[in-house]
Order: sequence, then C-alpha cells, then structure tokens
Amino acid sequence: MTKRWALVAAASVLALAGCSSDLPEDTNPGAAASSGSDTRKSEFFDQAEYDRQLAFRNATPQGPEGKPWEQMLEPEMVDTTKFAKTGGKYTLCFSNAAVDNPWRQVGLKTMQQEVKLHPEISDFVVLDAEAKDDKQISDIQSLSGRNCSAIVISPNTTATLTPAVEQACATGVPVIVFDRGVNTGCPVTFIHPIGGFAFGANGAEFLTEKVKPGGKVLALRILPGVDVLEQRWAAANEIFAASELDVVGVEFTDGDAAKTKSIVADYIQREGEINGVWMDAGATAVAAVEAFQDAGVEVPAFVGEDQQDFLRLWVDEGLTAVAPTYPTYQWRTPVIAALKILKGEQVPKEWVLPQPRITGENVKQYVQQDMPPLHYAMCGCEGMPGYPGPWK
Amino acid sequence: MTWRPRLAEGTAPVLVVLLLLLVGLAIAGPAYDEPSGYLALLKRAAPLMILAIGQYFVIVSGGFDLSVGALVTAGVVIAARLIDGNESATTSVILLVLGFGLLVGLVNGLITTKLLVPSFIVTLGMLLVLDGATFLWTDGAPRGALSAGFRTFGRGALDVPVLGEVPWSVLILSAILVAAALFMRSGTGRALVAAGDNEAAVRLSGGQVDRLRLLGFVLSGLLAAVASILLGGFAGVSAQVGNGLEFRAITAVVLGGVLLGGGRGSVVAAAAGALSLEALFTLLNLLGVSGALESAVQGLIIIAAVAYASLGGGLRQRLRTRPKQRNTAQPAPS
Repeated sequence: MTKRWALVAAASVLALAGCSSDLPEDTNPGAAASSGSDTRKSEFFDQAEYDRQLAFRNATPQGPEGKPWEQMLEPEMVDTTKFAKTGGKYTLCFSNAAVDNPWRQVGLKTMQQEVKLHPEISDFVVLDAEAKDDKQISDIQSLSGRNCSAIVISPNTTATLTPAVEQACATGVPVIVFDRGVNTGCPVTFIHPIGGFAFGANGAEFLTEKVKPGGKVLALRILPGVDVLEQRWAAANEIFAASELDVVGVEFTDGDAAKTKSIVADYIQREGEINGVWMDAGATAVAAVEAFQDAGVEVPAFVGEDQQDFLRLWVDEGLTAVAPTYPTYQWRTPVIAALKILKGEQVPKEWVLPQPRITGENVKQYVQQDMPPLHYAMCGCEGMPGYPGPWK
Repeated sequence: MTWRPRLAEGTAPVLVVLLLLLVGLAIAGPAYDEPSGYLALLKRAAPLMILAIGQYFVIVSGGFDLSVGALVTAGVVIAARLIDGNESATTSVILLVLGFGLLVGLVNGLITTKLLVPSFIVTLGMLLVLDGATFLWTDGAPRGALSAGFRTFGRGALDVPVLGEVPWSVLILSAILVAAALFMRSGTGRALVAAGDNEAAVRLSGGQVDRLRLLGFVLSGLLAAVASILLGGFAGVSAQVGNGLEFRAITAVVLGGVLLGGGRGSVVAAAAGALSLEALFTLLNLLGVSGALESAVQGLIIIAAVAYASLGGGLRQRLRTRPKQRNTAQPAPS
C-alpha cells in the first residue's frame, strides 16, 4: 500500500518538476559553458540593424531639450489628420503585456501619471494581459468594442500578437505600439528606445575599454530566446569576438539573485580572477557584486542597469561601472503620441527615443536615496506632480 | 566487543556518494585545497540542507510538502517589505517570518490530518496560494529592502575559537542538524517514522498518528522559514528565490535514501543528500557543464533512487550476506 502510493507520488513529482522547469531548450549543448572561443554569430544578429542602432547612439535627437521622452531620432513624420477628433473627452485604452517585473511596474506608474497631466483624457482604461498571449488577444478585442479614442498596445510577443494588432487597426481607431514591436506597419506609430543591440554594445564597449587585453570576462544572461535580450547579447558577443578579451563563461541566471551569486562565486573560484562582468539586465547586478565582496576580492569592471540598488552600491563602493538603460520614460511617450494623433499633429512612423547610459561621471545625479531599491532611475518622472509618492 | 558507529539504515550509500563528490571537488577546483572552500560549499548548501531536514520530517511520516519553495519566497518578500531597510525592525520581523512558517505548516498539517486531503494536494494548493498571494501583494516586483542585521545570518560569519571564521548559516545548520538527529532518536522521532511505515500499528499501540504528522508539517514550515532567512540574507530581495526549491529538497531527501511514502530513512542522510546535490551541481559547474543540466540531473536522481528503493528488498538480500543474529526487531509484515 505505502509503496504503491510512493510510486504514484514520485511520478507526480516528476511530472510537476517537468512543468515547473523553465530552463531553456539548449540548441547548442555545451555552448553556454565556458568557451572563450565561442565566437559564432548569434542567430539574432542582424548586421544592418546593428549598424543602424549603433549610429543612432551618436545622432542628435529632435525635440525639447531635457525631455527625452518627447525627443525623436531621425523621424519620418506621417500625417494623422484623418484621426483628428476635436473636443477632448478622450478615452485612452491600453493593452499591457504584463506588470510582472519592476521595470514594467515603474513604467505603468509613470504612464498613469502622464495621463493625469492631460485633462483632455477623460477616461484611461488599462487591461493587463498577465504575460499571456491569449489573454492579450482577447483584451485587444474587448478594447475594440469600448469606444476608445486611441488604443495603446505593449505586445507580449511579436508574432502571436500581430494579427490582433491588425484587427485593432481595422476598426479605424488609431493604434500606438510601444516597447516590443509587431510584424505589421498598420499602427500609426511604433515607439521604442534605440534597442537591444545598442544596449548590449554600450556595456561590451565599456569592458573593452576598462579591462586589459586578455582579461577574463564573465557574461550573465537572464534567459535565452527573448528577442530584446538576445539582441543585447548578440551585440556584446560581436564586440567581444573582435576584442582581445577572454570570455570565460556565458551563464543563464533566470534573473535569480541567489543563483547569480552562486554562479559568480563559482567562476571566481574556477578562474582565480574575473576582470569584467557583462550583464544583459541589471536586476541581479547587486548580487553579482556581492559575490566578489564576499570572496574578498576586488570588484572588477561591471555592466549593470539603472536600478537604484546598483547605482547606490556603485557610488558607495566607487565601482568601475556603466549602466546602459532601457529607459522607463518611454511609457510617457505613447500618451503624448496619442494626443498628438487625436489633435491631427504629425508623429513619426517609427518613434525612436534616445537611450542614454549612466557612466561614472553622471551616476551621482541619478542616485535617489529615498526611492525603493528596484526603482529605475531613467523614469523621467522626477518632475511630475506627485513625485515620488506613486513610485514608492 | 568492538564499537561501531551506529549509522541508520540507508545512510551509508549517500555518505559514499558525498565522499566521492568531495574528492571530485578537490581534484577539479583549486579552491577546495583548503577548508575554507568546503566551508563556502557548506554555507551555500545550508538553506537546502535545512529544507531537506524539514522535508524529511514530512516524507518519513508518509506525506509530501510541496509548499516550501513558495514559503521561502513569501518569507523573503514579506521580510523585505516589512523591514524596508529599517535596522530596528530586524528582530521582530525575523520572529514574524518564523511564525508565518509555523502557521503555514500548521494549516498544511491540519488540512491533511483533519480534512483527510492527501498532503500532496494540500501542499500543492498551498504552493499556488502562496505564489498568488505574494504576486498580488507585490504586484510582481518585491518592494522594500532587507537590513544589514537580517542579512548577517545568510551572509556574515562569526569568529569561533579554533575554527576561525565560520559562516552563521553553517552554525545554524549544525544546531538544527544535531537537534534533528537527537529528536529522531527520541520516542517521538521513532513514532514519526513508524507512523509513515505502518499507520495502523501505531494507532493500535496508542500512538497519535495525526499529531505526529501535524508535527512533521509544522517542523517543515518552520525550517522553510529559517531557510528563507538564510537565502534572503545570502542574496538579497528576489521574487524568484524559492523557485523549484521544493523539488530540490525532495530530490535531496530521496538521494539520502529516504523512502518516498515514509517509514524508512535517516535525517542525517537526508541532509547529506542535500549536501551531495549541492556538491554535485558545484562540481558540474567547475567542470564547465551547462547549468541547464541541473533539472535533468535532478530528475534522473529521483527516478534512480525510487527505482532502487522499490527493487530494494530483493536487491539488498541478493547483494548482502545475511547479518549474523542481530537482535534487531524487524517489524513483522502485517
């Protein structure tokens, strides 16, 4: 009796273990392991787009000084007079992919505050797709029947959401897509910062400058298969391959601080020293730095992101670091774009926002002691009425 | 008469596995030439070993506790939100987290024993409830920060005479392990194992099976809370900290030779199973094997260990020559 139950239970445990495992399908077994000679190009690498993004970094944006969320890089303006709707009392609708990470949390709060700045928006409807494609498809459909003046969409995934976005366009309501893209030109405007290649390159270039030739670099990635993150790594991989740096490991952390810390500690032991750490996102940067501190060795050159906990550590410990950003201020822009469209003003077909990076020279101005540790500094929200209340 | 160390049944194989892994580590990693390397390994393994000890109490008495991973996450997230970087709140929040673990264990145990819902379902439900509640409360992004005092237990070390710097987590682990081993030699401990082996016999001989099982769940919940304090201290606030820990703990217990379904196995072996698992992953990493293999390895271990246990009876008799007239009272098959 007991034994039979034991087998049933064990089988169920295994089945569950299978379900809950979110480890990647590894198409190149062993590739994630330590091979400094891993210089194959990523399948996500696109030379033309890479060159375009790297050029954007040095382009001068158009738009008001000091308000990067209203700025645009090399815009190609389109006419929107057919969407013009006078009189105000707009209903702005927003289909959000998810609010399941601090970046999206900060973003959504910033967007809500932006809406409050515009009295002509009488109603702001937000549907959260909880990171599920099917939920977002039905969300978009239900928005189509809600008398929206404009629909803002932050798609969960690119390919799956494309038909849903096309359907929304077909209703004649102006559609604005931001953050992640879709494979259709039907939205009036697509808003996004420069992109993943520029993000990855900003960090990798910093390491090629700060780490001596032959120095050992550890690359930490969250998980494979997400295009935004893959682009970041593809760019870094490209730059490392052309450099004299020795990439001793490329590891996936699942965004888990404890796992990150263990991985870094293992590498410090295995390699004796690590001279630089590249990360595709900064959420676990503090844990990675702590691994060096706890091992009693000097913290090497670091690539983090603009989260407060990392910025504070950077200033307090005097780190050699850089923070490429994927600015949360981009959540303000769709609201601004929607109002421009409803007033019949021109907007760019592709609204490319500047994507600043935080360096040793300017890091102090981004440290905000009283903000939560996971708050993103690049929210462009400091001047908004009510700050910092809603972001805390 | 020669004195022999008394090892509970099933302890020897896992100790051999552990020894082999430690030798492997010494060969593979230069850091394992000196004790500090092993101390670091022990520090990292401490939370899992504590979870495995808790899981052992439930498994050996015939149940499962799948809620521990979610409980660890909840503990860390609650602590961060309540402490919010405020040093003076540390002590009260630690007590609160321990109390929360106790409460969750109590609920698991009461539903299992009083409402007669299989523990597998109860704790699976608890896992989902805790996951959902944590998500709802944090909106997906943990807020607040842990104080330096809270983090000491997972990150800091204490200067112990003779031994030098010993991590707090290792000291806490040692205390828990000794207490658990002593407890399992007590009458209550033996009754706990018996409840997993033959419920009817325990009941007929006047044992309180429900109370024993309840105790197992409460201990598991409490130890999961301890693990969450150590893990939160080790790596800081994270909403992913407990992901998959329940399966890791179960794998560790099974690797320690504890019979799924209860009734057999020792708590020291369960802890050794956890240490072996952590040593194995460290070794794989040192050898440059991709981290993606970890779940595959875990799966293989569970299958192999359960298969070994079910074959066990016959296999052992074939492998082992019959021990000479020992006065062990084998429970008669009922």
